Amino acid sequence: MQVPISEVEKIATLSRISLSEQEKKMYQHNLLDILEAAQKLSELDTSDVTPTAHIQGLENVTREDIVQASMDNELLTANAPQSEHGCFIVPKVVE
Amino acid sequence: MKLYDMTIKQASDALQNKQISAVELTKGLLNRIEDKEQSVSTLNTVCADFALKEAEASDKRRAANTQKSMFDGIPAIIKDNICTKGIKTSCSSKILENFVPPYNAHVVERFANQGIITLGKANLDEFAMGSSTENSAFGATSNPWDLSRVPGGSSGGSAAAVSASFAPLALGSDTGGSIRQPASYCGVVGLKPTYGAVSRYGLVAFASSLDQIGPITRSVEDAAFALNAICGHDKRDTTSMDVEYPDYTQGISDGVKGMKIGLPKEYFADGLDTEVKDALSAAVKALESQGAIVEETTLPTFEYALTAYYIISSAEATSNLSRYDGVKYGYRASDFDGITDLYTQTRNQGFGDEVKRRMMLGNYVLSSGYYDAYYMKALKVRTLIKQDFDALFEKYDCIISPSAPAPAFKAGEKSDPMQMYLTDIYTVPVNIAGLTAISVPCAMSNLGLPIGIQLIAKPMGEPTMLKAAYALEQASPPMGQPTFKGGA
Repeated sequence: MQVPISEVEKIATLSRISLSEQEKKMYQHNLLDILEAAQKLSELDTSDVTPTAHIQGLENVTREDIVQASMDNELLTANAPQSEHGCFIVPKVVE
Repeated sequence: MKLYDMTIKQASDALQNKQISAVELTKGLLNRIEDKEQSVSTLNTVCADFALKEAEASDKRRAANTQKSMFDGIPAIIKDNICTKGIKTSCSSKILENFVPPYNAHVVERFANQGIITLGKANLDEFAMGSSTENSAFGATSNPWDLSRVPGGSSGGSAAAVSASFAPLALGSDTGGSIRQPASYCGVVGLKPTYGAVSRYGLVAFASSLDQIGPITRSVEDAAFALNAICGHDKRDTTSMDVEYPDYTQGISDGVKGMKIGLPKEYFADGLDTEVKDALSAAVKALESQGAIVEETTLPTFEYALTAYYIISSAEATSNLSRYDGVKYGYRASDFDGITDLYTQTRNQGFGDEVKRRMMLGNYVLSSGYYDAYYMKALKVRTLIKQDFDALFEKYDCIISPSAPAPAFKAGEKSDPMQMYLTDIYTVPVNIAGLTAISVPCAMSNLGLPIGIQLIAKPMGEPTMLKAAYALEQASPPMGQPTFKGGA
């Protein structure tokens, strides 16, 4: 079982976090520990087992499509780090 | 009796008989918090002015005989990952440090509709990821029974606050044991309801297929009252069950005569503390002496549950945490170069180590090449665990187990994440299978630390489980008051 540092870097990018060299080593070690423990799951024969993503076995839950008031715009943007005229301010994304 | 030591039932009766007012009760609890909070650090926010105003309004309603419910005027503490309108909800994370929700969670709405007063917001492991309440961006909570020890987690603030008599009721959330394990460590009652019995609307998501809100109280009867206050259907959570909900206090003291209780032999695994083992044996004897039939049985998939849990919960967590981008709410890094760097710097600075660890594991098991080997495998193991429990509940009304392998550990003792994860070994299978379970304080260790015993029932099996829990509570020595001893 191996988790190369390049793999740790890839996963960090997917997670949208950046890691110091020391952190990369720490998470490499942590990942290895739990993935090694996870090898134990292979003792169980699951070839004919259906996966359970959700315990209640729910079918789609739908509702009538009725127009109704939503939350106030000012209230919703009040928590934004930067907002103006009820819009979120972000850095330029299209050149 | 001191105001702050009252249970929900006692306080509710005293309010109803006009022996006390809601303002007196609230002031009594606020004084207690003032007196003891410094030594235990259970609360991120104390809502003193808000609570006193609500208490005044409650007293007016009672004087006019227009009280909203029998609980009108009872103060409660809410875990800080449950949204409270106008009151900061931080998840003990830097990334939500200043987040003030524009709406109430369903459970908080329910509380308000019944006159239950929000007294404060309880500390937790950041985003409920942890088992000790040490992973909080705002400092660790201490165990009222021994200040050098952890209160458990992630609802450690809620459990320690109820134990310290800051409120007769607190809400926690339980994804893998986060209500029951801290309840066990702090000598209080903690109940994880059946998945779908309590709406998750307004609960900040950790692992959506496992998360459930539940009560922490000082008696089993109070836990039943609290269930009455929070269970029910809510259209805003599609997993909320649209069924009839019982009065959970009904028949609670009927006893356990003829009740069949299973004790899986796998629970006596290596690492089970001898005092916890003794407490479990004593609990079994106590139930048997009251007419229950306790049999040894087997849960073959028990040893696989913890790993499956960490794979599934981390995968769901990393998806849920993708919303923290420094745009819509919460923290934003001040220095960045373009939008991707804005996300990266914000998340880097906003999340703590344990949250990052779960995201890393979650993204690893979901990434192409590993998905089938880990994530899909864990979902299949989840099916097997559920089948194991289904088989048990064909034979038994309840399952009995330890709540945790040992009493509360010392702060800083479990720096290795795998060692920390092992403290949840008895609680995670319940979430994986969507069951209900309760931790009842049953014994005291030689060091004066509480030991909880867990009872588990099938989905919607709370009424039967509460009967067994009540019988167990009556047969156990009273926990008494925490000592607030020790400390750094």
